[in-house]
Amino acid sequence: MILIECPFCGPRDETEYHYGGEAHVAYPEDPNQLSDREWAEYLFYRSNPKGLFAERWVHSGGCRKWFNAVRDTVTYEIKAVYRAGEPRPDFASLTSASAIQEGAAK
Amino acid sequence: MAEQVMTDISHLRRSPLAHLEDILRESAVAGERGVAVREIPFLTQVGLRAEPGSAAAAALEAAAGVPLPTRVGETTGAADDTAVLWIGPDEYLLIAPEGSDVAARLTAALDAEPGAVVDLSANRTTLELTGPSARAVLQKGCPADLHPRVFGPGTAVATTLGLVPVLVWRTADQGAGQTYRILPRASFADYTARWLVDAMTEFAAPEVP
Repeated sequence: MILIECPFCGPRDETEYHYGGEAHVAYPEDPNQLSDREWAEYLFYRSNPKGLFAERWVHSGGCRKWFNAVRDTVTYEIKAVYRAGEPRPDFASLTSASAIQEGAAK
Repeated sequence: MAEQVMTDISHLRRSPLAHLEDILRESAVAGERGVAVREIPFLTQVGLRAEPGSAAAAALEAAAGVPLPTRVGETTGAADDTAVLWIGPDEYLLIAPEGSDVAARLTAALDAEPGAVVDLSANRTTLELTGPSARAVLQKGCPADLHPRVFGPGTAVATTLGLVPVLVWRTADQGAGQTYRILPRASFADYTARWLVDAMTEFAAPEVP
């Protein structure tokens, strides 16, 4: 069982959470100006990196708030959590052990 | 126009666990591994939404006579009178005795400020679990950390029990062991009560070393 740190509730079991896909996918400025291909890419195309990945989670079994997490897709380790609307932490700073603690303390 | 008949229909009211009253009572285990469960029906529950520190929050606090909790797990007020539980960073649940008119007073106090006051009294029912084995029973199916080190009297969290989303609220101890209130939604109450009765069964037998 994985403990995921909710920015509002602290560490809870992963069974209290639901996954929300890639984070920081911005809504197009003017969707009417997009070609079908660009619109399809906004809707359906997501990156699938091996390594650190910023993604959305919702604490559906607790405070019901959405937040973002940086997860290592190789080890499943959650490197940092941060509230919706906050900027994505620098991935390079998350590779050291101290950065993990810092992200968890937020 | 048809004449409206205003009749007192409170005697028609049924709590979500009225049909399990006997089963809950008979499930009680006495002794040093004891544990018991009962329903506390019809408590007044009011859902509150307001940004902490806003004028809306101040108005709600003044009308409730109880400050809003500020962080996860915290409750304010008293369990046998008016208490407020922290649900989310801008969401709270006020719990008051049966028949309280607090929802109307809070609605009037909030006025046009941004926020919400909703009477949720029929949304959840309340189970009270007491006895020396109460924590052991809950821990069979609740992933939250219930150790007294972090979950003292007056702590409440939204979590899950079995498969059901519930609020778990530790109130003041009554005799030996801990006292927890478990608040499942009404449609999950039957499952939660039967789950608790099943989890309590083993404590009637001597402990297996």
